[in-house]
Amino acid sequence: MPSSPYLCLLRAVFLVCFVNPLIQGLSGNSVVVQDTRHRLEPNLTGLPIVTFEWHHVQTPYLVIVWVFVAALAKLSVIEVTHHVSSVIPESGLLIIVGFILGGIVWGADKAQTYKLLPTTFFFYLLPQIILDASYFMPNKLFFSNLGAILIYAIFGTCWNAATVGLSLWGCYEAGAMGNLDIGLLQFLLFGSLIAAVDPVAVIAVFEEVHVNEVLFILVFGESLLNDGVTVVLYNVFDAFVALGGPRIDAAEIIKGIVSFVVVAFGGSFLGVVFAILLSLLTKCTKHIQIIEAGFVFVVGYLAYLTAEMLSLSAILSITFCGVCCQKYVNANMDEKSVTTVRHAMKVLANGSETMIFLFLGITAIDKEIWVWNTGFILLTLLFIFIYRIIGVFLFTWMLNKFRLVPIEVIDQVVMSYGGLRGAVAYGLAAMLDKDKIPEKNLMISTTLIVVYFTVILQGITMKPLVQWLKVKRAAHSDLKLVEKLNNRAFDHILAAVEDICGRIGDNWWTRGWNRFEEKYISRILMKPKARKNKDYLFSIFHKLNLEDAINYVSEGERQGSLAFIRSEEAANIDFKKQFGSEFADTMPDIMADMSNYELGNISVTSIVKDTIPSVSLDIHVQDGKNAVEDTNAHHLLQQHLYRSRKNHRHKYSRSHFGINQSEYEVQEIFQRTMRSRLESFKSAKMGVNPAKKITKHHKKELNHQMSNGHPEDKGHLYGDEVDSAVGSETGAVNNTYMRDTYTTGAGIENPAFMPEVDSFTHSPPWLMETEMDMSVAPSQRAQRRLPLTPNRLRRLAPMRISNCSTDSFLMADVSLSLEEHEEHPQGDHDEM
Amino acid sequence: MGSFQSFPDDHQYRTLSEKTGFSLKQIGILHNRFKQLSQNEETLRRDDFKTIQDLESNPIRSQIIEAFFDRRNFKKDGVGSVEEIGFEEFLTVMSYFRAPTHHITEEQREEMRRAKLRFLFNMHDTDNDGTITLDEYRHVVEELLSRSGAVGRETAKGIADAAMLEVANISVGPMAPDEFYEGITFEQFLKILKGVEIETSMHIRFLNMDTTALCK
Repeated sequence: MPSSPYLCLLRAVFLVCFVNPLIQGLSGNSVVVQDTRHRLEPNLTGLPIVTFEWHHVQTPYLVIVWVFVAALAKLSVIEVTHHVSSVIPESGLLIIVGFILGGIVWGADKAQTYKLLPTTFFFYLLPQIILDASYFMPNKLFFSNLGAILIYAIFGTCWNAATVGLSLWGCYEAGAMGNLDIGLLQFLLFGSLIAAVDPVAVIAVFEEVHVNEVLFILVFGESLLNDGVTVVLYNVFDAFVALGGPRIDAAEIIKGIVSFVVVAFGGSFLGVVFAILLSLLTKCTKHIQIIEAGFVFVVGYLAYLTAEMLSLSAILSITFCGVCCQKYVNANMDEKSVTTVRHAMKVLANGSETMIFLFLGITAIDKEIWVWNTGFILLTLLFIFIYRIIGVFLFTWMLNKFRLVPIEVIDQVVMSYGGLRGAVAYGLAAMLDKDKIPEKNLMISTTLIVVYFTVILQGITMKPLVQWLKVKRAAHSDLKLVEKLNNRAFDHILAAVEDICGRIGDNWWTRGWNRFEEKYISRILMKPKARKNKDYLFSIFHKLNLEDAINYVSEGERQGSLAFIRSEEAANIDFKKQFGSEFADTMPDIMADMSNYELGNISVTSIVKDTIPSVSLDIHVQDGKNAVEDTNAHHLLQQHLYRSRKNHRHKYSRSHFGINQSEYEVQEIFQRTMRSRLESFKSAKMGVNPAKKITKHHKKELNHQMSNGHPEDKGHLYGDEVDSAVGSETGAVNNTYMRDTYTTGAGIENPAFMPEVDSFTHSPPWLMETEMDMSVAPSQRAQRRLPLTPNRLRRLAPMRISNCSTDSFLMADVSLSLEEHEEHPQGDHDEM
Repeated sequence: MGSFQSFPDDHQYRTLSEKTGFSLKQIGILHNRFKQLSQNEETLRRDDFKTIQDLESNPIRSQIIEAFFDRRNFKKDGVGSVEEIGFEEFLTVMSYFRAPTHHITEEQREEMRRAKLRFLFNMHDTDNDGTITLDEYRHVVEELLSRSGAVGRETAKGIADAAMLEVANISVGPMAPDEFYEGITFEQFLKILKGVEIETSMHIRFLNMDTTALCK
């Protein structure tokens, strides 16, 4: 992840341009697409070397320049005005920058040539924001609060629309607004478009405030869903306005209500259908992983457009598509694709959000749209504010009757104050038909003022308000894993107690759904492999391990040596455990066997146990001898890695961008590692390096070499085995072990190589090198194995109560590399 | 309600109600359930719990059942476990899962929180030595993950270890290599769950309606 926001923004710019090559609407009416043939002037007198072709590129060029400007604006907002942006939210600052830019354009053109057009907004800017919001929706939280969210979103929005519309109409009839050409239906239409709380503005403000999660999901979920509701409501009223007052009877009103329900739920249903489609698609992209990330965007957009085509609610459609597919898509896709989707989604959403706010600012600088009517504007502001508060308190009061944990008054205050209006309202206002609504411009300017007022003023005051009211903030916890474990245990406990006291409650439903989902839905929508690995706890564990490993590597690199690689060796200590655990189920008898072998002699486990602490702290002990060994390591690496043959195909290949690793190379490195390990183990036997003892013992176990335990005999024993093991891979003695170790792969202990090692007569040069206790294993790097979590190991060493603490950290690693190794099955070792 | 006849008298319900905070109606329902589980006996045994079908799929059911027989959950300084429990004990354990009432002082809330957390802590701390040792924690995690199938025992162990490390990191800070982390004490347990609003989340909804007939 590049740390500089510049890079991100550049990416944002390119991606936005790339995906939305059709943002031409942005550049408004001044852009006339030129006929390309125009540039071939008929009276050409000679061959022009270079010509200036502005009209040829005008449209895309303007779009890109505006995207670029928006990105620069964002950059300047974030970077330049650090201290300002802590007071004013980013969205507000962008609007202000928009004012300035709009002023510049106005100054140059004497007219506002650029403004946000509804088509552009609804087709090219909004979808990715909604998709982003829904795709990263905390699902459990969302669905457990779905009832409250739906109440707020549906009834709250209707309430707002109706009350604001009716009150304005009342005031108009009372003569508070002077003479306007406007009727009740138009007022209701206006009420419906101004009713929606805007997710873009809400996220922008609430993300900076960090309120507690229930409050956040309520506000956020509501704003997301009520956008859809508003659009539906708007369409219904728009139809009523078109129909005209006198022709509306009871039948039409009922049709309106039915249409409202059908549009809203139909859109949601369509979204779920597309989510299923998307999940199924990602299930079959195993062989072309490079494009699977694209599917998320394409199908999401398709859900949006299809709903739009069927005149269902497009916003609800894409919302439910995102919410429902996330689990399966994330499980099905490759980890890289998941990262790609995450970043691309954020880039797109951030990009469009920036554009939206900037253009909301720019649009304001236009003489044409401004129609001032003090009464209308001020009353609108007042009513919006008041009815939002009343609505929130009313519906919360009703909800609290059913909620076991009531929504607190403070939270209600924040919810009502968080009723920010945004671009959706403006987009809807701009879509109004001038013929049917003569006061369109007044509505647009009122909407704009409402947007500026709520986004800038309420945005600024939100943070102090939250602090002042002492709203419960989101608790930040470093305990990721413990927390998740506790939550998991918690769910089970609650469910169990519910069972015991014999009632069907919330937990019963959740669990019932989970079971059903596990049994049927996952089976259909998830890859079998993904289904296995999807356990949430494991993924967190895995993530933490990765993080630790990366820290570890960078720590080692900071120290500027390869010293850190060494403790990887140390991390490999408990091979038996590692081995046994992974394959315990497949080969339990062998494990038992192995422990039997220990009995005859020194108990291996006891040695392992005793030596671990010193081993896991290995990194410090060994730092002293760095210099010499590092030289050796570099030498070894230089000589034996296939650097020259490594093609960096990813630079030009479109579909595969892994580094090309030839199978032979991996094989060879693998085998060399084996040797070097064995060597180090041998020298350890001589007492050179106690740390190596451990790996040694595992090998002994594996080879049944334990029986006598005389180091001097070892050579012969190994020699004996040459006959049985080298010729055929499944030698008589090693039969079972070999097969199993091959599959483990990660263990790297391969008995088949043992014999060669000991016959010094024909040992190749590198073996002589490794003789010097050269325990660096190049293959570990070459095979892209991440080092094991040394920080944890070091920390855990003292708390080693039982004998198997560290081994478990290997597990994630093993499972990681397991796959990789399986791809490179045992090659013939004659090659060496 | 049928339970009123078989259970000694209304007075006893009232005492229980004062003790545990359940309403009389809720106690009546729970008593019905109690009798259903115990097959009209005066006491419940572990085997009775095992007959609950829905519980079978619960990975940590043994711990939960054990909690019902743990003396520590009945009164403050109880030790050990019992073989069978009466209705009062049953109700006492159930009362850990009551939601806080709407009007509640800060102290009461804190007390409730501590009681609930103590209950959870006891569930983990099986040998009652005041700390959740690594072994105990592993046991819980293993059982917790045993159902999902995908995660092997060793991985579960690893997860338990990693979680324990997190706790050690947070609660003790950097340790010398020869230092030894005993396990999670109750104070640390409180600290870990500081962010979780246990007093509001650890509850189930006790209905005023009898649904025992619906459940097996």
